[in-house]
Amino acid sequence: MFKRINSSALAVVGAAAIAVLPSISAAQQSLTVASWGGAYTNSQVEAYHKPYTAKTGTKITSVDWGGTLGEISAQVKSGNVKWDVVDLEAAEALKGCEEGLLEKIDASKLPPGADGVPAAKDFIPGMILPCAIGVIVYSNVVAFDKAKYGANGPKVLEDFFNVAKFPGKRGLKKDPSVTLEWALLADGVAVGDVYKVLGTPAGVDRAFKKLDTIKSSIVWWTAGAQPPQLLASGEVVMTHTWHGRIVDANVKEKKDFALVWDGQVQIPDLYAIIKGTKNLEAAQDFVRFASSSQPLADQAKYIPYAPTRNSSLALIPASNPNRAYLPNAGHPGRSMSTNSQFWMENGDDLNKKFSAWLAK
Amino acid sequence: MDSTASLTQRLRKAERRGQMRAYALIAPLFIFVLLSFLLPLGTVLFNSLYDPVVPQGLPRTAQALAQWNGPRDQIPPEPVYAALAQDLKEAVQAQSHGAIANRLNIEESGLRTIFMRAARRVSAQEEGPWAPFFEAADPAWAQPGIWGTIRNLASPTHSLFYLSALDSKRNQDGSVGPQPEDQRIHVTIYLRTLGVAFTVTLMCILLGFPLAYLLAHLRDKTANLLLILVLLPFWTSLLVRTTAWMVMLQKEGVLNSFLQFLHVISEPLNLVHNRFGVVVAMTHILLPFMVLPMYSVMRQIPVSYVRAARSLGAGPFTAFIRVYLPQCIPGLGAGALLVFILALGYYITPALLGGSTDQMISYFVADNMGRSLNWGLASALAAILLGAVLLLYAVYDRLVGANNLKLG
Repeated sequence: MFKRINSSALAVVGAAAIAVLPSISAAQQSLTVASWGGAYTNSQVEAYHKPYTAKTGTKITSVDWGGTLGEISAQVKSGNVKWDVVDLEAAEALKGCEEGLLEKIDASKLPPGADGVPAAKDFIPGMILPCAIGVIVYSNVVAFDKAKYGANGPKVLEDFFNVAKFPGKRGLKKDPSVTLEWALLADGVAVGDVYKVLGTPAGVDRAFKKLDTIKSSIVWWTAGAQPPQLLASGEVVMTHTWHGRIVDANVKEKKDFALVWDGQVQIPDLYAIIKGTKNLEAAQDFVRFASSSQPLADQAKYIPYAPTRNSSLALIPASNPNRAYLPNAGHPGRSMSTNSQFWMENGDDLNKKFSAWLAK
Repeated sequence: MDSTASLTQRLRKAERRGQMRAYALIAPLFIFVLLSFLLPLGTVLFNSLYDPVVPQGLPRTAQALAQWNGPRDQIPPEPVYAALAQDLKEAVQAQSHGAIANRLNIEESGLRTIFMRAARRVSAQEEGPWAPFFEAADPAWAQPGIWGTIRNLASPTHSLFYLSALDSKRNQDGSVGPQPEDQRIHVTIYLRTLGVAFTVTLMCILLGFPLAYLLAHLRDKTANLLLILVLLPFWTSLLVRTTAWMVMLQKEGVLNSFLQFLHVISEPLNLVHNRFGVVVAMTHILLPFMVLPMYSVMRQIPVSYVRAARSLGAGPFTAFIRVYLPQCIPGLGAGALLVFILALGYYITPALLGGSTDQMISYFVADNMGRSLNWGLASALAAILLGAVLLLYAVYDRLVGANNLKLG
């Protein structure tokens, strides 16, 4: 709250300064970047924003948003674009591109990796989209409080769905993505078949049937900061979480939360530029800078999310304690990546069904 | 004669000047109401009826379909396919095909893929015949169903959003019928919204009436002090009060710990993420809206009336029911109406303290705005809620009389 007041006050002061001193305004550019808040935004401020401001003098303001395209659509349709760059997920990036809410990104202008490999080959597959460039890969995992369970905590994804063995409430993000994948994985569908099964009406029914078995035990969360709080307050015995939030809570708040890596669903976050921004060139320059090798590697200092460039992975020193928590650090159990194309095509239908299922 | 006429004229002039001054004085208020209330409200109503995506994106197709105007169980002739091909080419050029596909998909699940498949191929082909081209892209194009959906959407103004908000839809054959079973939720949600608002109003009356009575019958000094205690939470942010209830009611929260400490319960109770938490918090938040109008009305009821009733032989109960209560009705009515209408639109409290089956209609308005980008449906849901409130007010006016309202 205070941060927001500060930033809007800054914006007012900034706007006044620009109005009064038109000669300086050309040099004093500023960008507004919308991201998910908390430890994640903080890691971006440290690894992208500060070095970029130091290099170019462009001021960067951070705002939090909820990741739904409606917020972007409202700005574009009203012709009052307030943000320049947004951090979003791949399904939203694809849909936003199709709906004409995001600027196209010229992939040929992305800088090569620190080791000289061209960008097209340096990025891991699926990170260069028509309107967005991947910056990190995070993982959706189950977390629990070790203080409660000791050595007898949940070990596999099936335990999340086993209310008899692990009684108590579970936290889940109020979103069909990850929720439906997990239901199928826990119901015995192989990692490689999840989207094939989910693409059929029978598969969707199967997922919801599995979810029915724990429906009354679910506490639904909507913001990434909630899972650590739900665990800490004892409201839930285990929860779906973005893995970085839990590692952050363990470090900063001295919690003893543990992660179940089995069944992890990896999802990329991408940077995109909002259509109609007045600072298009600066925004493009910033996105190119942020998605280059060194800033991506630096980000791992602040949060254990994996960089999207192979060359960045090589730049993370072995001494960095976050290395062990990167989603691809060789964790035990099943691991899968989200299928953004699938979610773009079926997201609306599945969301409708999910809303109706929730409300019943 | 002459002087009378000029006097009338001057009088009229002065009157007009006075009127102009009065208008000038209310102009800021008028502009404020126009910009902050009527304009957004108008936009919502407009959005719920106006939907130009398909007629603007596929203008030739809409026209060709209207010209053909064949029965709904037949597929259209070649010129319609050709018109669609032309429209599609332009849409791909203008990058508007995604928005059209999403609009079709809102009406009928699965149309998005079918439409995009044709859009992806259309630029590669120069000349017709187009019917076989579309059929090769997806066999659904050779079925009448998809054409029915396009015809339903071909006019820029339609009632599809309202149908959808009431769990109905216009079928591909043009008839109106219910939504598929697994997508019928809105009527349930409206009833739930009314139910929660009704429960909260009832709780507020039960708690607020004795409180207002007490306040109205205490000495001024004590009453003022207690009134501040009522108003203090009223001045606190809604979000703060909601999260405070979360702290109070959660598993290891204040209330559960206290009850466990007293050995009243052995296992913590589920007090939050269910209907109980929602009703408790909403009652607390809305209570001042009930107490304040009742308090101001009760203060003005002369004590002598009840005394007179008692001295004429009425028992305390009869005196209360027949003499005191009827005089409280204006305050009670105003408070109840205020609480009920405010409760109908609650969003953040059910979102934080409720479970998935405690969400009210505003949650679905927000969901359609933000996630599904279905602003038309969101507008229709909001407009129906507004209609319900106006209806309620009209019923109140009939039963109690709106002139009787006393807000403080």
